[in-house]
Amino acid sequence: MNTGTQQNRWVLPDGIEELLPDQSVILETLRRALLDSYSRWGYEQIMPPFLEFLESLLTGTGHDLDLSTFRVTDPVTGRQMGLRSDMTPQAARIDAHIMKSDLPVRLCYLGTVLRTTPQGFSGSRAPIQAGCELFGHAGMESVLEVIELMMETLRITGVRDVYLDLGHVMIFRSLVAQAGLDADAEMGLFDAMQRKANPEIGELLDEQQIGGAVRDMLTILPELNGNADILEKARTALSEAPDPVQAALTELSQLVNLLQRDYPDLPVHIDLAELRGYQYHSGIVFAAFTTGYGEEIARGGRYDGIGEVFGRSRPATGFSADLSTLMDLSASLPDATDMNSIMAPAGDDADLRTAIKNLRAEGERVVHALPGQSGVPKDFGCNRELVKQGSDWTVRDII
Amino acid sequence: MSDDTLTIALSKGRIYKETVPLLAQAGIEPVDDPETSRKLILDTNLPNVKLVIIRASDVPTYVQYGAADVGVAGKDVLMEHGGAGLYEPLDLRIAKCKLMVAGPQGNPPTSRRMRIATKFVNSTRRYYAAQGKQVEIIKLYGSMELAPLVGLSDRIVDVVDTGNTLKANGLMPLEEIAKISSRLVVNKASMKVKHATISQFIKHMSKAVDALHAEAS
Repeated sequence: MNTGTQQNRWVLPDGIEELLPDQSVILETLRRALLDSYSRWGYEQIMPPFLEFLESLLTGTGHDLDLSTFRVTDPVTGRQMGLRSDMTPQAARIDAHIMKSDLPVRLCYLGTVLRTTPQGFSGSRAPIQAGCELFGHAGMESVLEVIELMMETLRITGVRDVYLDLGHVMIFRSLVAQAGLDADAEMGLFDAMQRKANPEIGELLDEQQIGGAVRDMLTILPELNGNADILEKARTALSEAPDPVQAALTELSQLVNLLQRDYPDLPVHIDLAELRGYQYHSGIVFAAFTTGYGEEIARGGRYDGIGEVFGRSRPATGFSADLSTLMDLSASLPDATDMNSIMAPAGDDADLRTAIKNLRAEGERVVHALPGQSGVPKDFGCNRELVKQGSDWTVRDII
Repeated sequence: MSDDTLTIALSKGRIYKETVPLLAQAGIEPVDDPETSRKLILDTNLPNVKLVIIRASDVPTYVQYGAADVGVAGKDVLMEHGGAGLYEPLDLRIAKCKLMVAGPQGNPPTSRRMRIATKFVNSTRRYYAAQGKQVEIIKLYGSMELAPLVGLSDRIVDVVDTGNTLKANGLMPLEEIAKISSRLVVNKASMKVKHATISQFIKHMSKAVDALHAEAS
């Protein structure tokens, strides 16, 4: 293969994108609006490092991030470093090891992460991750707060027709424990469960010689999805399940009630076999969908105890979303073609320079023409120009 | 917002022919025939239900990306695709065959690393890896049976129905990798966003499968 020929020198790697001025200004407007909003909820922004030792990046999230993290070797220590592929574990590390507070800690972040394999439909390997994490509270209120922030994120970015999907990883985990499956069988069943591959689930349970009530419960699990009424059905179908399953169903009912109170128009879908982030989630998981887009657009859940490896086990919930995906789906983007600049003529005299300086100080956008440049003011986004009238420089509209 | 529309992805040929009776049981009847019509999107008797006719190996991709809400795909195609981003809740028990290793009559042993010709690259790699065998895989798009005859490969991995093509070319089935039948696949987001429509459809199809088998037995 030819590399670096005249024809392909401009080609970007697969899944790597650049934003041109029109898109940059939209993204930046949204970025500021989101961070301002998170701040109004009491969330403090962190800027985690782009590069960290691999062990700290992969902790707690296990295999989920292992294969998606780019690696380099640190020439100073010889250790492996990774480019962040998700900022959640970084936030958990910062909370557990650096903030060291016993109070609830609210952190938010917004920045590019890198993935070795393209993610989702956009095929992006450099999503712009926006997210909030709430540490130090184990109750339903913190889950609700994080979901509210996710909904706020979708509202600000202009994504409409949102659907919320809820699940709880403890239901499957407890049933697997009750069935006494080993780790391999658990992963096999998890994989089939994620695909709702009912025929395969049956085969796997045959192989493992699982029978009785627990078999019935694992078999019906992929079918326990639908609107809030499904929780009643689950109560009956899973009545012989251990206590953590009953507790999980109670938590889901509580959350559904809170959501119906706060978001009466939001369609809520429950799927008890939905196990996103199964490796590190420890309770309720949720995701947002929108009409006409075949995959989730924002996601989150409870992941208690991830901080343990950094010295402190703390309850935690959070959500994250890819801002570029939300931008693509937005129905109301800020106007990027705003022609509101002033064209100042070329020249170096002191009065002109002072006039330009004053206008800029007032917050105006002033383009100072270069000697001999061609093009009209409109080409530079200007709808007004600076002209000398008598001895004064004044701004007038371009007709 | 159109929550009651349903787009079904199907491939021409055997899968289409065997799915139509199931759809009929579910109350869905295509208006056009894909064998005579050049249309790729077919209308049905229900205004909210459309069929899209695509290549069998493209069905998981269309459904994964939500271009179709549901589809019918062979287990062979799904195993090769990996199944990520899809639900496959129902075995339709149609278009049955087997994914098999086949080789020349007499099964001559090879001293070097075995060469396998197939279009099921991922499934073949997984199968031999599970057996602890290192093989070389040659990706072909069709007429696999030719490969061992002209010395391109030692074995082939392909779907086998009657075995007549193998026999006609002096090959015989050697090992069974998997039993294949067609599955109903569902886009994950559609399942959540159009839950009522889709779960109803799955229920109807499930009943249709049971009814058809009750008739047969």
